[in-house]
Amino acid sequence: MSDAAVDPRDELVEHLPALRAFAISLTRNGAAADDLVQDTVVKAWTNIEKFKVGTNLRAWLFTILRNTFYSNRRKMKREVADVDGVFTAGLAEKPAHDGRLQMADFRVAFAQLPDEQREALILVGASGFSYEEAAGMCGVAVGTIKSRANRGRARLGELMHLEKGDRLEMTDGATMAIVAANGSTPI
Amino acid sequence: MAEDSSKPAYAREIDENLKRVFQEKLEEDIPDRFADLLSKLKAQTGTKRAEEIK
Repeated sequence: MSDAAVDPRDELVEHLPALRAFAISLTRNGAAADDLVQDTVVKAWTNIEKFKVGTNLRAWLFTILRNTFYSNRRKMKREVADVDGVFTAGLAEKPAHDGRLQMADFRVAFAQLPDEQREALILVGASGFSYEEAAGMCGVAVGTIKSRANRGRARLGELMHLEKGDRLEMTDGATMAIVAANGSTPI
Repeated sequence: MAEDSSKPAYAREIDENLKRVFQEKLEEDIPDRFADLLSKLKAQTGTKRAEEIK
């Protein structure tokens, strides 16, 4: 089968999990995130001729999603905060000094970052896009993306009370080690 | 993307945690509404194509 026969619309489904993850990071609200993904899918489907075959489909979809997010945000002129606790879920019931608690702290700290810093960190920190790709997707200079990502990392470090050089211990392994040291049975 | 070795240790830790949070979201099940949406879009497109052929 030649490349020309491949319809990028058939590949949309493979990018849904990443689109949802990005949408949740931007909206901080599960229902709003799914609406945003739905709008993105419809726009991508109906404008598929604008996608250049052979280029990065995920980057193209992420660009549509973030443009839709900011355009809706401008229209709505209101902040949709963490209404259903997507990022803060599980915070309350975890014991102190538990690896998972620190992970919950991290989610809360991340949700507090300004939109543009969350976006930059998801693109370059979590999704593995290059600074150049992220800059193209956000329509800003590479230096702007670098500065947003670095400010976001620095702010997260402050919110997490991280000192430079500290290691975060928030793996399940760390949790288990603490549980084991306390002589408790893991739940 | 190659890991930038010039990045401070705490920045690498933060990126590791970002990846972990993002990965948790990636592993969530996709709601049925998206399968419905895609089949609806596919059906509409199919109708249009059939009309073009006529």
